[in-house]
Amino acid sequence: MPQTLIQPEFKVKIDYDKCHKCGRCVQQCGWNVYSFNERPIPDDAKCRACHRCVTYCPARCITIEKNDLAFRDNDGWGPALRKSVWRQAETGGVMLTGMGNDKPYVNIFDHLVLDACQVTNPSIDPLREPMELRTYLGRKPDAVAVEPDGKGGFRLAEELAADGWLDKNIQVDTPVIFSPMSYGSVSLNVHRSLAMAAERLGTLMNTGEGGLHADLYPYADHVIVQVASGRFGVDPEYLSRGAAVEIKVGQGAKPGIGGHLPGEKINREVSETRMIPQGTDAISPAPHHDIYSIEDLRQLIYSIKEATDYKPVGVKIAAVHNVAAIASGIVRAGADYVYLDGFRGGTGAAPQIIRDHIGLPIEIAVAVVDQRLRDEGIRHQASIVAAGSIRSSADLAKIIALGADVAAIGSAALMALGCHLCQGCHTGSCSWGLTTQKPELTRRVDPEWGAERLVNLVSAWSHELQEILGALGVNAVESLRGSRERLRAIGLDEQTCKILGVKPAGM
Amino acid sequence: MAVTSETRKPLEGYVQADPEVTIDGNVATIDARGIYYKQLNEAVRRCLAEGVDKVVLQDVNGQRYIGTGIRGADKHIEVFGTAGQDMAMFMDGPTVEVFGNAQDGVGNTMNAGKVIVHGDAGDVLGYGMRGGTLLVRGDVGYRVGIHMKAYEGHVPVMVCGGKARDFFGEYMAGGTLVLLGMGSNSDRPLVGGYLGTGMHGGVIYLRGEVEPWQCGKEVGIFEADEDDLARLRPVLEEYCEAFGVELAEVLSVPFTKLLPTSHRPYGKLYTYV
Repeated sequence: MPQTLIQPEFKVKIDYDKCHKCGRCVQQCGWNVYSFNERPIPDDAKCRACHRCVTYCPARCITIEKNDLAFRDNDGWGPALRKSVWRQAETGGVMLTGMGNDKPYVNIFDHLVLDACQVTNPSIDPLREPMELRTYLGRKPDAVAVEPDGKGGFRLAEELAADGWLDKNIQVDTPVIFSPMSYGSVSLNVHRSLAMAAERLGTLMNTGEGGLHADLYPYADHVIVQVASGRFGVDPEYLSRGAAVEIKVGQGAKPGIGGHLPGEKINREVSETRMIPQGTDAISPAPHHDIYSIEDLRQLIYSIKEATDYKPVGVKIAAVHNVAAIASGIVRAGADYVYLDGFRGGTGAAPQIIRDHIGLPIEIAVAVVDQRLRDEGIRHQASIVAAGSIRSSADLAKIIALGADVAAIGSAALMALGCHLCQGCHTGSCSWGLTTQKPELTRRVDPEWGAERLVNLVSAWSHELQEILGALGVNAVESLRGSRERLRAIGLDEQTCKILGVKPAGM
Repeated sequence: MAVTSETRKPLEGYVQADPEVTIDGNVATIDARGIYYKQLNEAVRRCLAEGVDKVVLQDVNGQRYIGTGIRGADKHIEVFGTAGQDMAMFMDGPTVEVFGNAQDGVGNTMNAGKVIVHGDAGDVLGYGMRGGTLLVRGDVGYRVGIHMKAYEGHVPVMVCGGKARDFFGEYMAGGTLVLLGMGSNSDRPLVGGYLGTGMHGGVIYLRGEVEPWQCGKEVGIFEADEDDLARLRPVLEEYCEAFGVELAEVLSVPFTKLLPTSHRPYGKLYTYV
């Protein structure tokens, strides 16, 4: 019987006339595609088209092509579905994959356009005039007190908040933060790159649920520490290190399910940081077993506040059908920010069926949550962080206009570090040294190089955002937040436009 | 012009005022009657920061988060009354002794230290507990010892003197969880169902027997042998000393041991795309 019915997805072609026979490709490939017998010989079946070998081949003699075997047309049964059936018939396993949803759902971002000033309102040139990107994460006071400044005007009263209590906020110099990726799912060098970049950019990285490695302690003011259902690495020391604490309830790529970091990825350092034994699976249960209600969530938020002298506490959820009501509950439970993760968000490992079929686009989630919180008069009580495939500064501007305070980027950050979206994170063999713990692979990321590339990316987006704001004629990112009048929809149905609170183009 | 937001109003019956604190040498006594948890816990932390070794809380009536996030192995808190939710959560070192009952979440994500409850305690005790000792004299609720874990020198120990409800030791990843079934007010069986479901580390000892149907499919049921009893002995001695119970009486009934059948219960669940 055939071992498998599944043919390789890609073809690795080597132009042997050009090949130096240097073996660089053999050494670079994390997936063991190449063997070497006088010349490199590829095994197509193992290739994930991550282009590591292509990038490092000194002779530029490698090309990766799609293995376009013809299948008889069938709109229902696309080749990917047929392959899934064969794979599961062979193994009986749950299909595990990495990164975000790759299915062709309508991408709402690509159906939204931004406004600009012409004639009646002057646009602003951000190169010559101040353009504020700084914003603050956290609860704002219900009212602020003002007092006469003695010169005929007014100033903020010494006691800023009218009720005498001002909640701690975190300053971010640009509305882009890095999304949670745990040490364990990504390498320590990735964490180092993110932390260094966050510090230089005046923004935040997020530990994910894998604890905070001691090497990152100096960056603690730019780190959000996460508390997830497995409570890995969570102790008073950890909580005291973060600028804020985030309760992870859900993730866009796998709403409603927990996580299993396989034992193979739990080496000594990961084990120390997570505070669990080496080699055993790190199992994050699907729910927090101390959260079965909004009241329980409030209890956990305030236990963390009690343990941290009232630091900001955020709650991260996956965008799901009733996200507006859930977010309202989260804000009323006392969260300082709500982190909404859309269904295109990435993951280090998730069952494919969950990743591709559960949850909502982030555009919808942010629009309905922002509206709901405004309607209820509690929008100021929490910031909104939006994530789940923010791909450019255009997406960034659009999501802020739909109501987010800040966007978080994960996939884009990994791409800055070399990721080619090959969706092999779950294998632990990332050739780019990102989603792996193998020392021969993780050392491929120099944190200094990584930090520089991340700073470049976010700086570039920030400049572009300033240009967009200037074109809109506003001089602060906070003026764009929730300003849906500056968006128009092209090719979206009436109902979707209503839900987004966006008019169709031409209106 | 004071505006108090809805979410910050104190619960009915509590006052948001600093409690009365009496300091006598190394011991601070706080009258907790009617005091909101925030001010009560601030007072406790202030006393500990000022170098007091022992804080005695009188008339506690459900105030939450007592001892949450506090550190220092030489610090003691005594609670008279009923301790509220999430007592000793994230605690790292101190000893908390409750002369009364405790509510849910005692020792949640606790790192080190000791908690003694001279009464019954509620649900989700020692969730994700990584170290330290939690001793409860009486009955406990649901999901007790859930996801307890061990790590190198940290090995958490929990002994429940009475009976327990469902999901005892669920997802357990490390440490020692003991259930004695002594002096219970309940006429239920020793423990409910779903015992050790998803367990992948640590050990559960039960004084008495369980039926296989009560257990999750991830655990194996064994009789505790002499080695087990030798390992249990210091734990049980600590329990007996805390509550004045005779060790001989504890040991008069054979123990059952539950172990996970795999450290990787879900290792073969997946196939790669």
